[in-house]
Amino acid sequence: MYPTDFFYSKDHEWVKIEGDEAIIGITDFAQKQLGDVVYVELPPAGKELDVHQTIGVVESVKAVSDIYSPVAGEVIAVNENLNDSPEMLNQDPHGKGWIIRLKIRDRSDTEKLMTATDYEKFLEGIEP
Amino acid sequence: MKRTRLYECHQQLGVRMIEFFGWEMPVEFRGIVEEHLAVRQKAGLFDVSHMGEIIIRGKDALNFVQYLTPNDAGRLAVNQAQYTALTTPRGTFVDDLLVYCLAPDKFLLVVNAANSDKDYAWILSQKGSFDVEVDNASDRFSQLALQGPRATEILQPLADIDLGVLRPFWASWGKVAGVDALVSRTGYTGEDGFEIYTLSSEPAAIWNEIMKRGEEFGLLPVGLGARDTLRLEAKLMLYGNDIDETTTVLEADLKWIVKFKKGDFLGREALSRQLEEGLKRKIVGFELVDRGIPRPHYPVFVHGDKAGEVTSGTYSPFLKKSIGLTYLPIEYTGAGTEIEVGIRDKRAKGLVVQTPFYKREERIV
Repeated sequence: MYPTDFFYSKDHEWVKIEGDEAIIGITDFAQKQLGDVVYVELPPAGKELDVHQTIGVVESVKAVSDIYSPVAGEVIAVNENLNDSPEMLNQDPHGKGWIIRLKIRDRSDTEKLMTATDYEKFLEGIEP
Repeated sequence: MKRTRLYECHQQLGVRMIEFFGWEMPVEFRGIVEEHLAVRQKAGLFDVSHMGEIIIRGKDALNFVQYLTPNDAGRLAVNQAQYTALTTPRGTFVDDLLVYCLAPDKFLLVVNAANSDKDYAWILSQKGSFDVEVDNASDRFSQLALQGPRATEILQPLADIDLGVLRPFWASWGKVAGVDALVSRTGYTGEDGFEIYTLSSEPAAIWNEIMKRGEEFGLLPVGLGARDTLRLEAKLMLYGNDIDETTTVLEADLKWIVKFKKGDFLGREALSRQLEEGLKRKIVGFELVDRGIPRPHYPVFVHGDKAGEVTSGTYSPFLKKSIGLTYLPIEYTGAGTEIEVGIRDKRAKGLVVQTPFYKREERIV
C-alpha cells in the first residue's frame, strides 16, 4: 500500500527523494480522512520552507487541513493540475496527486521521518 | 452518546460517524460529493432520527401553536404541514420547524435535534393558561428521508399510500415496508421526496427495504455531510449557522412565514415594527469569483470594510462553485453587489446572487 521508497511524517505527508530534490504529497490515510478534496492552496515557486512550515492548505467539502513540509528547502515546482483537478489527491495520493517539489536543503531531515513499515505501524495505533 | 434505531444498518455500510449535538450520526458513506449528486440526479436515503418531535394536544392546541409561531397554522387541514418558526418576543428564532396538523386538536412539531430540549422547555414556559398537553416525543420517533427525482418510484411499491396524489407539504398515515408510518412530502434538500416518521421500535425494515428497492435506481445512503451541502444549495436555513436568537425572521428573508393578519403571536409587535421601520440588514446568498471556499465565521467585506460574516459556506458539488450565506447591511443586499471574503490571509472576490442557488426543474408527472 505505502511505497517503500518514500519517507512519512506523523502529519501524514510523504516525501520521495530524487537526487537533491524532494517530492511531497499527503498519504492515502490522509486523503481518506479528509474525504472529497475540492480545493488545494499551493505555495509560490521559489518559496523557502523550513521543516514543519505550512506548505499550503487542502480543503474537502467539510474540512480545512494544513499541509506541513516534512523537510526544508526551496519550492521549485508545484502541481498546478491540482487547481483544476483537486480530486487527484483522492484518486492517486502517492502519484499524480503530488503537491510540491523542493530543492532539499539538508538531506538529514529525512532521518527523523518514518519508513513505510514504521508508518503502517503508526497507523495501526490510530485506526480503530 | 445517543444512537438512532438505525445505527446497526449504518454500521453494515461502512460509514464514517460523527458526534452531532449528542448523537452519533452518519456523516458520510461513499463520499459527500457522490451522495450529494445521487440526491440531485437519482435518490438518497437519510437517517434523520435525531430530529426532535414535540406533540401539542388539547382543546387549545391550535390557539397555542398560533401563539408560538408566526405562520398561520389555522390554514392547515388535517395531515397538512407548514414551515414556520418558534419566535421570541423580539421576533428572533428559538428554532425553525415543521408543524403538522394531525387532528384539529393535535399538532406535531418537528424541530432541530440540537434544540429539542430547549424548545420543549420554551414551549412549556409559554403554556400559561392554554388548555394543552405538551409531549416531548423525540426519543420515540424515528425519521427517515428519501429524497431525489426517483423517490416516488422507489417508495411506491413499499407503501400502501397513493404517493401520486400526495402533494408537497401533505402527509398520510400508512404502512411502509409493513411498518406504521407517517409519510410526508417534505424534505431538506431542494428535491422532491418524502420524510417518513415512525413510532415503531423497529424501523430498520423501512431502511433496509428502501435500500434494497432503490439499488436499481442508483439510490445511495446519505450522511449529514451531504445533507448540509444539499440544503445550502437550496438556501434552506440551518439553525445555529444562519438563524438563531439574534436574527429576526424578517432579517432571515422569511417574511413569507409571517402572517400578521392571523392575530397575536410571539414576536408580532417586534416584527411589525421592524417591517415599518425597514430592515437594516438581511441574509443574502453569494458566490465566489476567486478561488477558495467560504466557511462559517469568515469575515465578509464590502468596499474594503468588514460588513458581516459568512454564516454558511461550502463548495457546491452540483454547481461546482463556492457559495455561501451572510447577513449584510440592507444597502449591499442587491444581486451583483461586489463583496470579498477573508480566507486566511487573502481576500477572495465574490458577488451577491439571487437565491436559491439551486432550484429543481418542475417535472411533469
